[in-house]
Amino acid sequence: MKRINLKSHRNLIFVAAAIVVYAFIAYGMNSNLLPRATQTLAIKACYNVILALSLSLIVGFLGELSLGHAGFFALGAYSGCIFSINSNLPIELRFVLAALIGGTVAAIGGFLISSSILRLQGDYLAIVTLAFGEIIRSFIKIIPVTGGTAGLGGIPSLGSKLKTFTFSYVFVILTILVIRNIVASSHGRAITSIRDNAIAAESIGINIKLYKIKVFTVGAFFAGIAGVILGHYINFIEPANFNYNVSIEILVMVVLGGMGNLLGSIIAAVVITFLPEILRGFDQYRLLIYALALIFMMLASNSPRIINFRVKAREKAAGLYKKLFTRKEE
Amino acid sequence: MMSMAKRLLVLTFALVFLTLGFVGCGKKDTSGKLVIGGTGPLTGEASTYGTSVKRGAQIAIDEINDAGGINGIKLEFIFEDDEADGTKAKAAFEKLMDNGMQIFMGTVTSGAGVALNEAIKNEGLLHVTPSASQIEAIENPNSFRICFNDVDQGKAMAEYIYQKLGYKKAAIIYNQDDSYSSGLYDAFKKRWTELGGSISADTSFAKAATDFNAQLTKIAGSDADFLFMPIYAEKASQIIIAANEKNIKLPLLGCDGLDGILNYLTGDNAKLVEGLIYYTPFLASDPSEKVQSFVAKYKAKYNLEPDQFAADAYDAIYVIKAAIEKAGLTVEDTKLTAKELGEKLVPVMTQIEVDGLTGKITFSTSGEPTKSAKVAEIKDGKYVAKD
Repeated sequence: MKRINLKSHRNLIFVAAAIVVYAFIAYGMNSNLLPRATQTLAIKACYNVILALSLSLIVGFLGELSLGHAGFFALGAYSGCIFSINSNLPIELRFVLAALIGGTVAAIGGFLISSSILRLQGDYLAIVTLAFGEIIRSFIKIIPVTGGTAGLGGIPSLGSKLKTFTFSYVFVILTILVIRNIVASSHGRAITSIRDNAIAAESIGINIKLYKIKVFTVGAFFAGIAGVILGHYINFIEPANFNYNVSIEILVMVVLGGMGNLLGSIIAAVVITFLPEILRGFDQYRLLIYALALIFMMLASNSPRIINFRVKAREKAAGLYKKLFTRKEE
Repeated sequence: MMSMAKRLLVLTFALVFLTLGFVGCGKKDTSGKLVIGGTGPLTGEASTYGTSVKRGAQIAIDEINDAGGINGIKLEFIFEDDEADGTKAKAAFEKLMDNGMQIFMGTVTSGAGVALNEAIKNEGLLHVTPSASQIEAIENPNSFRICFNDVDQGKAMAEYIYQKLGYKKAAIIYNQDDSYSSGLYDAFKKRWTELGGSISADTSFAKAATDFNAQLTKIAGSDADFLFMPIYAEKASQIIIAANEKNIKLPLLGCDGLDGILNYLTGDNAKLVEGLIYYTPFLASDPSEKVQSFVAKYKAKYNLEPDQFAADAYDAIYVIKAAIEKAGLTVEDTKLTAKELGEKLVPVMTQIEVDGLTGKITFSTSGEPTKSAKVAEIKDGKYVAKD
């Protein structure tokens, strides 16, 4: 019997899963079987997943605590949306270009910030990134082209929710593919080696500084794209959308999903998007219960029983997959 | 290894979670009722405004329903938290639509309101905001507001100070992080300089500021006639206390954000705001029967004195009632969709006149209210109307 390498089928499984999920949500949207609140949140989940994945690269794989992700998010949102407002191209093309512009501007921000703080690590880096995020926000308030405190309105909409979702979803898939491939490549191994032992990594010739800059730039790029999706989704952005609470919320997704676990980050981002909405029945106690639920989930996801359950489930899935596909090739 | 029971428990938990997320809470039975929805901050920093609006509107709804409804139509009121945030408001609005909202009474804050413009335009439903004062918050033709907008209020205050009070040299302190405050500031400054007034000290602070030393030193060193504070009451009270320590004795002036400032100043500090003059749509001390009846009901139900947000919301519900009457809706019409109702209600909005708590209200086609403004003064620790 020919042995099947499960890993080589991973991309196939991923694409199949992505299409099934899309088909399910698109059908729900098209037929209006999904409640409207859920349809809206599906779009929000898209940019949250992108944010979580991009921060996961920095926090989970490079191992540097960054609290300024909302800053990159803002850079992308404002630059992309200002382009979108002032352009006359067809809306679809405009959106894609805006995403690229937003991503690029945010990436430049990521490049600048990371190259200026190469000497810092750990807590120091966390504080500097936090300050950086706030500086961007203050800057946006001052310069006239962003609309200042009153916010930037008139951002064009892609049209229907389904259309906005479809475009956002494609960007989610692209983000997953790019980040997963970075992580799985030799670059990814170099990045994780820096996280695990920077001195050892340096001793075998890994250029720590260069990798830090690379990771921050890529992370910022995708955060910028998420910002553009946000802008075209609510058609109005204001500096308050990008305060440090947002950075913390993204960090919560990454930590809840498990450091260095991309699938976990995706699931956590979706859960964090939906959780406060599910709790709406609790009225003014909502945010209290939300916080309690977070504590419970953090405890639960770290409990040995659940971890054991996850490992077993994964083994079973792998076994099932082997059974199904090895027979065909015999 | 997990026991079967535990595995089942986890599975049930996951299933419940999923169903809640994808199906949402079931719709209530709303036959024979018109569903009015609203969003506003019930949690977070701005939660007092949202809570006031929800309560004020609820009182109006109860009054109308207790009196037998409008032509037999009962009103149902649902209110969702938006944390004064655009993305949250979007989800809250969709949730309201899921629950059968036909008329929208929201949002409470401007930022959240502007974020809903696209959705409100697409739905075509009647939209009345009690308190979103930013110009853009009612840019849709189906949108109306009860409060004054920032530009009109800033302008009116500049004219009042220059023409009625006769002051010529202004000292200003405003919150640069707040669209309400910076909107008022811009409008005031523009009109003030047009009139020929000068600005002796132009200062601002950031949202999180607790120290106003630098700003007050600048103001103390200027030759200003008065201090204009287009900000909210909480920060204003801190500034007034700090200004007193610096021995600044300028006359104090402000806008409707200063409503309720006495709640923040206890004991001797309350004397610091004697003579403070501000622009307000609503005074709980107004002796008119309407206002006093509302204040009594509000106090009985919530054990608190109502503020202008509660009054704006109360008026918003009565404005909606007037529109329903003018359009001649019947119980049959409660089955109409939000859009169909909007087509009937929006055109009559400019024809109605409502004698509300915040004045006699009529609407222009742009959705702005026309009503008389009140100027209030603090005298002997009470808010009183001023000419």
